[in-house]
Amino acid sequence: MSPQELVNNLRSFLPPEAVLYETEDLRPYECDGLSAYRQLPMVVVLPRTEEQIVKILKLCYATQTPVVARGAGTGLSGGALPHAQGVLLSLAKLNQIIAIDPLARMARVQPGVRNLAISEAVAAYSLYYAPDPSSQIACSIGGNVAENSGGVHCLKYGLTVHNILKLRVLTIEGECLEIGGESLDSAGYDLLALMTGSEGMLGIVTEVTVKLIPVPEKAQLVMAAFDDVHKAGNAVANVIGAGIIPAGMEMMDKITIHAVEEFLHAGYDLDAAAILLCESDGSAEEVADEINRIYAIMQQSGATKISTSQNEAERLRFWAGRKAAFPAAGRVSPDYYCMDGTIPRKHLAHVLDGIEKLSQEYGLRCMNVFHAGDGNLHPLILYDANQPGELERTEEFGGKILEMCIHAGGTITGEHGVGMEKINQMCTQFKTGELEMFHAVKAAFDPAGLLNPGKAVPTLHRCAELGAMHVHRGEEKFAELPRF
Amino acid sequence: MQAIIDQYKATIRAAAEQKTPLQIRGGGTKDFYGNSVVTPSNTILDATAYCGIIDYEPTELVITARAGTRLADLEAALDQKGQMLAFEPPYFGAAATLGGCIAAGLSGPRRAAAGSVRDFVLGVRLLNGRGDDLSFGGQVMKNVAGYDVSRLMVGAMGTLGMLLEVSLKVLPKPMTGITLHMQMDEAAAIEKMNQWAGKPLPISATCYRNGGLFLRLSGAESAVRAAQLKLGGEELIEGEVFWKSVREQTHEFFQSADSLWRLSINPTTPPLSLPGEQLIEWNGGLRWLLSNENLGAVTIRKTAKDAGGHATLFRSNKPGISVFHPLDPNMMKIHCVLKEKFDPSRILNPGRLYPEI
Repeated sequence: MSPQELVNNLRSFLPPEAVLYETEDLRPYECDGLSAYRQLPMVVVLPRTEEQIVKILKLCYATQTPVVARGAGTGLSGGALPHAQGVLLSLAKLNQIIAIDPLARMARVQPGVRNLAISEAVAAYSLYYAPDPSSQIACSIGGNVAENSGGVHCLKYGLTVHNILKLRVLTIEGECLEIGGESLDSAGYDLLALMTGSEGMLGIVTEVTVKLIPVPEKAQLVMAAFDDVHKAGNAVANVIGAGIIPAGMEMMDKITIHAVEEFLHAGYDLDAAAILLCESDGSAEEVADEINRIYAIMQQSGATKISTSQNEAERLRFWAGRKAAFPAAGRVSPDYYCMDGTIPRKHLAHVLDGIEKLSQEYGLRCMNVFHAGDGNLHPLILYDANQPGELERTEEFGGKILEMCIHAGGTITGEHGVGMEKINQMCTQFKTGELEMFHAVKAAFDPAGLLNPGKAVPTLHRCAELGAMHVHRGEEKFAELPRF
Repeated sequence: MQAIIDQYKATIRAAAEQKTPLQIRGGGTKDFYGNSVVTPSNTILDATAYCGIIDYEPTELVITARAGTRLADLEAALDQKGQMLAFEPPYFGAAATLGGCIAAGLSGPRRAAAGSVRDFVLGVRLLNGRGDDLSFGGQVMKNVAGYDVSRLMVGAMGTLGMLLEVSLKVLPKPMTGITLHMQMDEAAAIEKMNQWAGKPLPISATCYRNGGLFLRLSGAESAVRAAQLKLGGEELIEGEVFWKSVREQTHEFFQSADSLWRLSINPTTPPLSLPGEQLIEWNGGLRWLLSNENLGAVTIRKTAKDAGGHATLFRSNKPGISVFHPLDPNMMKIHCVLKEKFDPSRILNPGRLYPEI
């Protein structure tokens, strides 16, 4: 079907403003949060109802047109990168909170509802939705489901998969699946888990029932500075080893501390090699106990300076620096590239040393922020896209970091997803057999491969080519050719 | 150990070739659970030989063990380091294995507060129905590379693969635990349990039976005592004995000749107007029902569905009723295709979950 025929077809059941096809209208959709990858779609649709989505999917299925779903477009792995011959399905207009049940502690929402809007809507009941990705002010719950988003509190409160109860999902054929329930489990296979983090490859989420939890009575933060990264890493292990599950535990390295302190004046120790932020939440009694124990552990672990937040304003100020790490990177460098590997925590110091060596080798600075409680590392490689070759060097550097994470027994992505960005590293993390099963799972839902084609799981052919490329590194032939 | 896996593989490959179904079996403690496997020749694939803890580092909060490992051994190792499986899986017998625990997907009293089996699964290694040795997920808390095949295995009753190894997130044991007991009618208890669950209280388990509400508080001594003051009630001596009897179904409620139904529903559902004795857990989200012969499965299943959930015929004294809640056609279609992809010859526990898979 020609683009014009497709547009005409879409406009037969969608209002004119819900079908975009002029280049200048398509431009805002050409990339998600990973702006290094850009592609204009053939057409963008902005439905408002599930019935409209059903019709869109049936049309795309009948015409074998690729469909890429998009929430708020804040994703960092290119998962919502459009397809040149496809429809970009924006779910942003499905932004209603359908029902809140404070007694049952659940809310039924449309996929385009912003993460933070849920917590705001239920704040009056002293409840909230726990996963808090750093983009929570903008990112949508549908996107959170697609990526299985986490946040700084997920060691204690879990990821998206732990905090949703039910999904309404449309298959590419436009059939509705009701997955999960208002109960704590459901009959049959755990498709709720399978769907969460599936990056828009299996179906289109049209409704999400989220779990709400009580707002803790109190939260308090210990900030500890260390003159050595190894000591900071050990302090994290010592806290966990003492039987404490902190509400949040974050680490920043020296270059990050300097970048954010210059920017925000949060009161960070500029002599420190690493700073740990360790938060306790719960009842007032519990927090008082836990904070005392954390303080003592930081002392025993060799912290050079320890502060405890004395009030809410101070707690938020300590956090502000960590939360501003990404904007601070943007301030000290024209561009930055955020990585998302996860490692067993015990290998932290080793991996940080490795990153430092690579940083020197590639001549690119790298800031490291780390969800220390759960081992999720976010190196931010600083570069300048206007310098010829620097983006390519950055990507290669990033790829090396991810391979190091795999060798340390970790994974290439903790919470940002594979998307387009990490598709090559999937070939390193998984063997042929596993990749075949992923393709089989995909085919169970979408045999024609129309949903988000080319993302998340590499073809075996691509991996084979890459394998060959690794052997001949540096003498790759036809480097100008695209490789799919 | 590789020799054992090779033997499993050979058994599965031979069965796939001849299309003879296998019944995967760990300790056999949950033989009663699920539909009968269609095995004319009754070929049992014993999964107990591949056992032992592979890796356990308390400060990483992760344990990796072979599926044949006895749950008791696993929990003993955790206990030594002051940690636990927070989902409190029921054993139903000393021989219970890790693999069986994952395949059955059952969680105990702490589930409503801490999460379920699948919430704690981080990775699995398995043999699919073609005998391919595959690993999914990993040993880290956060991992979104590839589809979440690990959690798909939880509650699949062995119909998608034979589990070889499992990595689980573990948690520190709470420093203190006490059990409170108070008298209340059922409707009030359901409302109270839900209200309390919406407050920052350290309630780690709830159970209602016959006019009595039981609450377990767990956490720091100070927090537990402060909550006790707010909640009232009488402290039950030997509370852990009580919770173990609920977890293992040795409580007198479960000692009945009637069929036992498990209704997993919206926790705020008012008292169910179904005839038969009931025991409630999970803040009202789990209703155990003893049913006599005259009450139809259809009525029970409709009640559960209307309450946002599903009903399982957990223990039955009469054959012929499907154990698990029927799936709607679209869902069943996906189940059948997934089964076909993981186990094309339909040899792994066929029929145990649903006749179609």
